[in-house]
Amino acid sequence: MAEVCVEATAEHVEMQSVVGGDLEVFRGGTGPNLILLHGSYGWWGWEPIHERLAERFTVLAPVHPGFGHSSRLPGIDTIDDLAYYYLDLFAAWNVLPARIIGFGLGGWLGAEIAVRTPAAVDRLVLVDSVGIKISDRETRDIGDPYILIGDEQQPMFWHDPNANRVPLPLPGLPEPMLERMLHNAEGGMYYGFKPYMHNPKLRQRLHRITARTLVVWGDDDRIVAPSYGQAFAAEISGARFTTIPNSGHYPHREQLDRFLPPVVEFMS
Amino acid sequence: MLAYHFTEMPYPYFPPEAEQEYGTPRVLLPNRFYDPKVGADLYNRYLDEYVYADELGLDIMLNEHHQTATCTDVSVNQSAAILARQTKRAKLCVLGTPLPHRDNPVRVAEELAMIDCVSRGRLISGFVRGVGTEVHPANTNPVLTRERFEESHDLILKAWTTQEPFNWEGKHWHYRYVNVWPQTYQKPHPPIWITGTSPDNVPWIADHEYVFAAFLMAYDDVTRLYDIYRRRTAEQGLPEPGNDRFAYLALCHTAETDELALEQGRELMWYLGRRRHAALTNPPGFNSVRTNMMMMSGIDKPRGDTFESLMAKGIILCGSPTTVAKQAKEWHNRGVGHLLMMNQAGAMSPEVTRRSMELFAKEVYPELRELDSHSRLGTGSTSAREPAAAVQQRVGNAEG
Repeated sequence: MAEVCVEATAEHVEMQSVVGGDLEVFRGGTGPNLILLHGSYGWWGWEPIHERLAERFTVLAPVHPGFGHSSRLPGIDTIDDLAYYYLDLFAAWNVLPARIIGFGLGGWLGAEIAVRTPAAVDRLVLVDSVGIKISDRETRDIGDPYILIGDEQQPMFWHDPNANRVPLPLPGLPEPMLERMLHNAEGGMYYGFKPYMHNPKLRQRLHRITARTLVVWGDDDRIVAPSYGQAFAAEISGARFTTIPNSGHYPHREQLDRFLPPVVEFMS
Repeated sequence: MLAYHFTEMPYPYFPPEAEQEYGTPRVLLPNRFYDPKVGADLYNRYLDEYVYADELGLDIMLNEHHQTATCTDVSVNQSAAILARQTKRAKLCVLGTPLPHRDNPVRVAEELAMIDCVSRGRLISGFVRGVGTEVHPANTNPVLTRERFEESHDLILKAWTTQEPFNWEGKHWHYRYVNVWPQTYQKPHPPIWITGTSPDNVPWIADHEYVFAAFLMAYDDVTRLYDIYRRRTAEQGLPEPGNDRFAYLALCHTAETDELALEQGRELMWYLGRRRHAALTNPPGFNSVRTNMMMMSGIDKPRGDTFESLMAKGIILCGSPTTVAKQAKEWHNRGVGHLLMMNQAGAMSPEVTRRSMELFAKEVYPELRELDSHSRLGTGSTSAREPAAAVQQRVGNAEG
C-alpha cells in the first residue's frame, strides 16, 4: 500500500471559510468534477486514490465537519444534516448534478444525498458502504472495530493486514497525523454511534435514487460483507455490483490498481 | 471535615482467568459468572454495612456502574431509596446519577425528590457524566455525553424549582408538561455535587457553586483542580469557597496498629488492580482531542503504583487511628471538607471492613469533625441560583 505523502497533502489541502467554522477540502487535478466522500476513519491526507483520480478528474474531497481539520459546525449533528449540508455546498461549488464516490460512511452519505434530491446526483459509486439495515435485530450487519484495542483493529480492515495499516491514533504517530486521526475517530462516533452506522429508514428509500450507480466491494471486507453490498445494490434501480479481489474494507487503498479501472470507466 | 462510608458493592468471585480471557471485568465479562445466590448475600451485606455507618455517625456515599463485576450497585436511586428507610441520620450522597445515560431526566428528578422526602432531607444529589465504560451499557454517543449532561442537569434543576407545569423543547429532551410530584424536601433543592478529573468541567462546577469531588488522584493533581475552581470563583466575583465545597475520595483502612492496617488494607488494591480495556475506558470522542493528546503524552495515574506509593500520594489512607487522622488532616489542609472513604473493595470481609469503620468513627472522626466549625460546614450550597440560561451566557463555552 502506498504511503500518504505529507508534502502532497500540504499542496492539495485548502481551508474554506464556511458558516460556523472552517471546512478542510482536498483538491487537485483537472477535468470533470468528481466528489469523494470519506468514511468513518476519514481521509489520511492527500492519498494515492486522490492522486490517481486527479490524472483524469478534478478531485474534490471535502473533510466532513468534525473530522480532520474541519470544524464541527452548529446544527450539523447527523448524517441527515450532512446530506443537506453537502447538497447546499455542492450547489455553491456549482458541481450539480454531481458525480460522487462514497467510501464506507461516505457511501451512506452519498446514498442519503441521492434519495433526498435524486436529480442532484448524476453518477454514484458506493464503495464498501454502510448505512442500511438488512438482518434481524440480533444480527449486527456492520462490524465494530471501535471495541478492539489499538492495532487489534487492523485485521478487520484488510485482506492482508501484514501489508497494510490504518494510521490509528496511538502514541508514536506524528503529532499532526495523531490530531487528524483523533478528530476522525471522534467524527465517526459522532455521526455513526447510534443507530450504529446506519439509518433504519434508508433501505426503504433507496428506490428513489435515479443516478447511474455502481456498487464496489472488497471481496474480503470484514466490516461489511459483500452480501451486504449485494443487498444494497438490489434496492437501487439498475445498480451494478462488482467485487475487487484480495481486498478488505478499503479496496481503494489495498488494491488501487484493480479498483481504478471499473470506477474510472464508470465515471468517464 | 465530614466522612462518608462507601463501597462499590463489588462482585469479586468471578474466575481470575475469565478476566484475563475477556480482557476486563467490565461490560464484556459474561454475566454467567454471576451467581445470584452469592450476589444476594453480597447486596445484603453491603447494605448492612451502610446501616452500620449510619449507626456509627458516618455519612453515606453511593455510586453506580453498569454491566460490571467491579460494581453491582446498578442504580444510586435504588440503593439510596432502600437506605432512606433503613438509616436514621446519615446524609445519603449519591455520586452519582450518570445524567447522559438516563434517557428520562424527569424521572430522575422525581425519584431523587422522593428519596429526599422519604429521608426527610438527607439527600445529596451528585451528578456525573459517567466514565467511558458506561458508554456501551447505555449505548450513549460518547461525543454527546457532555451536552447531554448539561441539558439533563438544566432540566432537572428547573423541574425541582418550578411549581407549575412547564414546557421543555431542548436538543435531547422534549416534554410538554413537566410537573414533578413530589417536590424536593430541601429547598430550593438538594445540594448538588459534581465529579471532575480534568480541567474541562471544573469552571462549570465553580460557576454553579457546586461541591467539586475528585476521586483517587494524587495530592498535586487535586490541588491543581481545586485551584482552578478557586480562581474561577474569584474571577466570577463569587464568594470564596470554603472546605465544604471540596470532596475527595480515597481508599481507606484503619486498624489497631499500622502493621495490621498495612496487612489488611492491601485488599483494597483489588479495586485498582482490575484490568482496564483501553477501547472501553476511552471510546473515541469521550475525551476531547486535546485531553487525548495530553493523555498520550503521559500523566500521573494510579495504575502500576505500589500500595506504598499510593499512600505517599494520598490516594490510600491506611494505618492506626493516629496515622489515618494525620493522613486525613493532610487532605483537610489541602482544602477537603468531605472525605469519601472507600472502606471496602474486592473480597475484604465484613468483619475487617466493620472493624475499620468502627475504629475510624470512634478514634479518628471526633478529631476530624472539629476541624471545621459547624456553622461553615454544610453539604454544599442550596441557595437559589440564577436561571441556567443566564449562567450559560456568562460561562460562554465552558465544558461541563
